[in-house]
Amino acid sequence: MSTHTIAVLVENSPGVLARVASLFSRRAYNIDSLAVGPTENPDISRMTIVLNLDGHVLDQVMAQLYKLVNVIAISEMTDEATIKRELLLVKVEIGTKKSEIESVVAKFGATIVNDDDGFLTVQALGEPARIEKLLEDLTAFGIKELVQSGLVALERGSAALSDRTLSAQGISTLHELGTQADYQN
Amino acid sequence: MGTEMTGASSLVKSLEAAGVEVMFGIPGGAILPAYDPIFDSSIRHILVRHEQGAGHAATGYAQVTGRVGVCIATSGPGATNLVTPLADAQMDSVPLVAITGQVPSAAIGTDAFQEADIRGVTMPITKHNYLITNPDDIPRAIAEAFHIASTGRPGPVLVDIAKDALQKMTNFSYPKSIQLAGYKPQIEPNAEAIRDAVALIMSAKKPVLYVGGGIIKANASKQLMQLAELTGAPVVTTLMARGAFPDSHHLHLGMPGMHGTVAAVTALQKSDLLITLGARFDDRVTGKLSSFAVHAKVIHADIDPAEIGKNRFADVPIIGDLAHTLNALIPALQSEFKKNKPDLTVWWRQMASLRATYPLGYDTPPDGMISPQHVIERIGAIAGPESIFVAGVGQHQMWASQFVKYERPRSWLNSGGLGTMGYAVPAAMGAKVGAPDTTVWAIDGDGCFQMTNQELVTCALNNIPIKVAIINNESLGMVRQWQTMFYEGRYSNTSLDSKRIPDFVKLADAMGCAGLRCERPEDVDAVIKEAMSINDQPVVVDFRVFRDAMVWPMVAAGTSNDEIMIARGLAPDWDSQEL
Repeated sequence: MSTHTIAVLVENSPGVLARVASLFSRRAYNIDSLAVGPTENPDISRMTIVLNLDGHVLDQVMAQLYKLVNVIAISEMTDEATIKRELLLVKVEIGTKKSEIESVVAKFGATIVNDDDGFLTVQALGEPARIEKLLEDLTAFGIKELVQSGLVALERGSAALSDRTLSAQGISTLHELGTQADYQN
Repeated sequence: MGTEMTGASSLVKSLEAAGVEVMFGIPGGAILPAYDPIFDSSIRHILVRHEQGAGHAATGYAQVTGRVGVCIATSGPGATNLVTPLADAQMDSVPLVAITGQVPSAAIGTDAFQEADIRGVTMPITKHNYLITNPDDIPRAIAEAFHIASTGRPGPVLVDIAKDALQKMTNFSYPKSIQLAGYKPQIEPNAEAIRDAVALIMSAKKPVLYVGGGIIKANASKQLMQLAELTGAPVVTTLMARGAFPDSHHLHLGMPGMHGTVAAVTALQKSDLLITLGARFDDRVTGKLSSFAVHAKVIHADIDPAEIGKNRFADVPIIGDLAHTLNALIPALQSEFKKNKPDLTVWWRQMASLRATYPLGYDTPPDGMISPQHVIERIGAIAGPESIFVAGVGQHQMWASQFVKYERPRSWLNSGGLGTMGYAVPAAMGAKVGAPDTTVWAIDGDGCFQMTNQELVTCALNNIPIKVAIINNESLGMVRQWQTMFYEGRYSNTSLDSKRIPDFVKLADAMGCAGLRCERPEDVDAVIKEAMSINDQPVVVDFRVFRDAMVWPMVAAGTSNDEIMIARGLAPDWDSQEL
C-alpha cells in the first residue's frame, strides 16, 4: 500500500461528484482526501484525489474513472513532477505560552490569522509533510479544533492536464471536446 | 431553429429519430405527457404488466437484434421497478435506453408524491444517466443516450425527465453528430499489441481461445471461426458466449466455469496461453482466482480498458472492438504461420481424451420420473438451432446451457452476470418481438416463472406467441442443490409445492395462453411437438420433473477449478489422463 495522488478533469455537470464518489464506494477504494474546484475553463472542474492503495490497483482506479462519461482527463501527480499543497486552519489555546506558540508558527512560516477569546487561529499552507510536522509541534499546546483542505497538486513547468483535452486547441464548446488520453471508454 | 412543440413531442420525435421501432412500458403520472404523442407515433409501444417486465423485454429485444432496447416508466415506483433490469443489463453489457418521468422540477427534492431520485439510485448500475429539467435538452440527451448505450462496451443509459420539461414548449432539432468530451471508445487495436499477441501465440504449446459475450456484442463470430480454424486451438465459450461458436465444431470444448465441461475447465487450468476474447475472468469461470490457470500467459482483448488486469494480469492487453482486433490479428498470424506453425498435437490429444472420457451427461431418474435434463435436451433437439432459447436462473439455466446445442450467436439469452430470477418470460417476450418469425422458447424454473409470469398476459394480448417450458421440480432447485451438498440436506425454504399450487395449466389458460402438462417420460417428445404446433398464442408447458436431479460437473464456490467434481464426491480420474 502506498499513497498516490491523481488529478481528474470532469465536466462541470450536476451529479458528477456523486458519480465519482459512488464509483469509489462500490469498488471499495479508500479516499484519503478529495478536493474539488473550478478551473480556468468554466465548463470543467478539477478534482485532486489522494488514495492509499497498491500500485496495480491505481491503474484499475484510473481505468474505472475513465469509464465515467463526465471524466475528461486523469493523471497521476507524482511527488517529483508536481507541486502539492494543503491548507490548515488550527485553533490553539494561548494559556501562558503565547511566545512559544508564536515561535513554532514562525519556524514553519505559518501565520496567526486570529487572536481572540484566549485562542489563536493559525493558518498554514504547505506540503503535507510540513503541515503534519507543524501539527505535531502544536499538539503540545492543546488543539481546540482544526480543519484541513484536501491536497491540491499542479504539474511543474509547462505540463498541464488540460492539454489532454482539445480546449487548448481552440475548441471550446464542451460537446465538441475530444480527448487525447490513450484510451477512453 | 427547429419545429416548436412540447418537450413530450420532442422526446417522441427524438426516439423516432434514434430509430426506435418498439418500446416496452407503463404510463403513470409523471410520464403521462409523453404518452400523448406516443399514441400517434410510428413507434410500437407494448403495454407490459410490470416495469421489470419492460426492462427485461427491452434486454431480450436488444440481445436478439443487436439494437438498443427501450423501456419507459413513470417516476417513483415505476422507475424503481426498472432497477433490477438495469442492473442486469449493466452486468451483461446490454444496450438499453430507459426513459423515466420525474416529478416537476420545482418539486424535485421535496419528497413529492411518487418521487424517487432514480438518477442517484441508478448511478452505480447504468453506463450513464441523465436528469433533464429543460425541454431544450431532450433531443441531445436522447441522442447521447443511444450513442453511449450502443457503442464501446454496451450498457444501459437512463434518461429521467421532469414532468414540466415534457409539458413546456421547445424547439425540436435532433443533433446531427455527438461528441462527448469524456467518451471516446477505442475501436482500433494497437499494432504493437497485435504483434505481441502473435509472438505469444507462436510460442504457445497449450493455447485456448477463452471466448466471452463480447464476441457476440462485437458481431465477431465469423472472425472467431477464422481465428479458431487458423490456430487450431481449443475453444471454450462462457455462459454469455454460448452460440458465439458452434457447439458442433470439432474445436469446441464447451462451456468453462462452475458448471462447465471437464474438458473446458481443464483446458483453461492446464493452458499455457489464454487468448481471451471479450471475457472478464468472472469468478464463476475462474473459481478460486489464485489457482486459476497458473501456468498461462494471458492475451486479453476487450473494448473496456477497465477489464484489463481487473481480476487477472494480462501479459498482452489489446483494447479495441473485437471484430477489428481479430481482423488485425488473423492476417498477422497467417503470415507468421507460413513460416512456422505451432504443433498442438500433444495438447489436442490430452483435450480430446478428456472430452471423450467426460462428456456432459446425467443420471436416469427413478422409474416413471421425468429427467429435467432430458426435457431440455429434447426441446433443443426438436426446436432446433434456428430457434432462440431464453433461460431463467438456476439449475434449468445451467442445463439449458449444457444440453441445448447452440450453433449461432444471439440464439441463447440468459441473465449471466446478475443472475436475475424471473428474467426468462419477459426477455423471451422481447426476443420474440425482435425476431417475430423465429421460435422462442423460454426454459424456466417453477421458482423463476412465479416471479414474472404476468407478462404472458402482455404476450397473449399483443400477439407475441412465445413458448414457455416450466421445469417444475417444485423447488428453488439450485439453492436446494447447495443445501444438499453444503447444508446436510436441510432444505430451509426451498420447497415451493408448485406441483400442487399454482396449477400452471389453469394459470396459463387464465392468461390467454395454451396450457399443457407433461408428467410421464414417454410423453416428453409428444408434448414438445404439440407446443411447437401452437403458434397463434403463447404456450406454457408444465414439465413435472424429478426433484433431486443435480447440475454436474461442479466446481464448488470459492474452490479451485482443479477440484471439479463430475458427480457428488466424484472427481475425474486424473491419473488416467496424460496432462
